[in-house]
Amino acid sequence: MPVRYIHVILDNERELLLKAWGSTQAEEGLIRRDLFTEREARTQTEMLYDALSKGVKASVETDLLDPDAECWDDMRAALADVTRERTKRGVSTAEMAAFVLALKYPLFERLRTTVDDSNGKVLIDAVNQFTRLIDSVSLYTTELCISERDKTIRRQQEEMMELASPVVELWDRIVAVPLVGTLDSMRAQEVMENTLSAIVDKKADIVIIDITGVLTVDTQVAQHLIRTAAAVRLMGAEAIISGISPRIAQTMVQLGVDTGEIRTRSSLRMALADAFRQLDTDVISRIAK
Amino acid sequence: MVDEIMLVAIDENINDSDIVALQDRLAEEVHANNAQGIVIDISALEIVDTFVGRIIAQLAGIGVLMDAPTYLVGMRPAVAMTLVELGMTLPAVKTARNLQHAVTRLRASR
Repeated sequence: MPVRYIHVILDNERELLLKAWGSTQAEEGLIRRDLFTEREARTQTEMLYDALSKGVKASVETDLLDPDAECWDDMRAALADVTRERTKRGVSTAEMAAFVLALKYPLFERLRTTVDDSNGKVLIDAVNQFTRLIDSVSLYTTELCISERDKTIRRQQEEMMELASPVVELWDRIVAVPLVGTLDSMRAQEVMENTLSAIVDKKADIVIIDITGVLTVDTQVAQHLIRTAAAVRLMGAEAIISGISPRIAQTMVQLGVDTGEIRTRSSLRMALADAFRQLDTDVISRIAK
Repeated sequence: MVDEIMLVAIDENINDSDIVALQDRLAEEVHANNAQGIVIDISALEIVDTFVGRIIAQLAGIGVLMDAPTYLVGMRPAVAMTLVELGMTLPAVKTARNLQHAVTRLRASR
């Protein structure tokens, strides 16, 4: 019985409910004109409404609004589209959930006027079922929003990894590894792999690891650098760590980091000059001084 | 033996007993041939463990004791990484990128 009531209301009073849903959304400040037009909002609302009422219609027979039932697949698909579209434009997760929840009260209002007072049991049953359904739907949007965001985060992480560790060939047999940002274990591993394979690919004898862009050097970062330098040496090339600023030099000494036999230079320029000297290369300026 | 430099190439699927036998033979050969330098080529080696790492360090140690500077050449990136992870940075071993470099350096130091 209760589902039939909901179905009748959704079917007969589409225009009215749509309007009410729209105005509840407006009241709660969910119509973001800065992000999408009113027309788009209306189309999306209608699309969701129709999918919802189709699901309710299919549930009339069983008289149960089971959120896990198959008849909601269309609704979920429609919701997924709307969610994706809206989150892409910057609508927050909470706003998405509130958008779905905003349908509840207009419908309850209609239920109250439709079902007569003597039928309180049916009314409560209908409210219960509908609440459960809408809650599950709004939970579903939230989940979607979060998974979309997770996807973005993962993609950005991957991009960062790729961007983070380029190996540049500076000269014959000299490569540079400019490090930027923070160096965590995962990136350090990546840097080491890239550096070592560059030694093979570029036939490099000297690897300059430039840490000018590294914000902070702690024991862990220092450890990674030392290990990379050790691996470079094992492969028969030589590592020079450059870009050690006065501040980083102080920190490293205070931390008691022992760079051992690794050559360190204050700037990439000094390191490059050093590398040239070692490879017996002269760079001559043709401009008369 | 080339020009008083002994070349040792380590095989891809060398096992623990082979490498110990190699160690014995190397010492003998260095002594018998009066080698002035040793170059150990490990470019075929794809997998290392602490045992192989230690033997390599020992091979170099033997060379140094017998006054034959020892170079390790052709280490693969993965091998270098593994050794570093294992904490075996082989500080006493000289390294070069390839055979030619090692020979050049050995000649220069003589």
